Amino acid sequence: MDSTAVIAARTAPRSHRPARLAGDLAIWFFILAELLAFGVFFIAYAFARANNPELFAAEQMALNRDAGAINTVLLLTASYFVVRAVHAAEAGRSPVGARWLLAALACAGGFVAVKFAEYAAAFSAGISLSSSTFHMFYLSLTFFHFMHVILGMVILGALWVNSRKGRYDAHNMNGLESGAAYWHMVDLVWLVLFPLVYVIR
Amino acid sequence: MRHDIRSADRRSTVLWVLLIIATVLTWAVGEGGAGGPAIATLLLGIALLKGTAVILDFMAIGRAPLLWKLITLGWLALVCALIGLAYWKGMP
Repeated sequence: MDSTAVIAARTAPRSHRPARLAGDLAIWFFILAELLAFGVFFIAYAFARANNPELFAAEQMALNRDAGAINTVLLLTASYFVVRAVHAAEAGRSPVGARWLLAALACAGGFVAVKFAEYAAAFSAGISLSSSTFHMFYLSLTFFHFMHVILGMVILGALWVNSRKGRYDAHNMNGLESGAAYWHMVDLVWLVLFPLVYVIR
Repeated sequence: MRHDIRSADRRSTVLWVLLIIATVLTWAVGEGGAGGPAIATLLLGIALLKGTAVILDFMAIGRAPLLWKLITLGWLALVCALIGLAYWKGMP
């Protein structure tokens, strides 16, 4: 159960509610740490590229942009489904929210499958961490993100189990909102990663 | 309450459609193979807009205290600006 003040803030009409962070403060500090780590990684990539733009452009052109774009669509759609799950629980329809979470998990599973196919193609083409500076960044950045997708799926799975049991409602949203915020972070960093690594040259 | 949630659903649905369209646009630019400062700026601008939509609506930062808006949107703006700076520095 959330505190009375938090419940009051959540159950008032949306336009009259006091400003409030959706989810636990602790998860938001964790999210900030993650954003910082990804941010440093992205900027390191951009400055490494500045030393050798021709090599980066040539190897980047050989990446599978279809796979990158499909994965962007899958992550965005998963994020949207999670939003619907949060809204459903807030309206007192936690089991409906569970179905949205299951759909989000399916999209996340699709992301993992596409990523596996992409890595398999890269490895069979002889691409490795040591084959070039670009490939070192491409593999380590995408794999670092991939690990976050896996953790995000574990979290979505836990939210799904609890939603099915009807654990979330307008008076008890903290766990659901916290997990949702983490998942959106995974989506958010990919929105920068995709153009940066796959498209901008 | 229910009415509030229905309108929140609608807004999120519209944003989701726009985010997908923006993704297709980024993909199409990549397939075209174009590069250079104008294209890099366009793509970073699209990423900035997409990230802003996810932060404000999906992450519900639009309803969070001002400090959290500044931190999250500031992170996005700073990352995009530094990437832009690095690309400008590395123009062939």
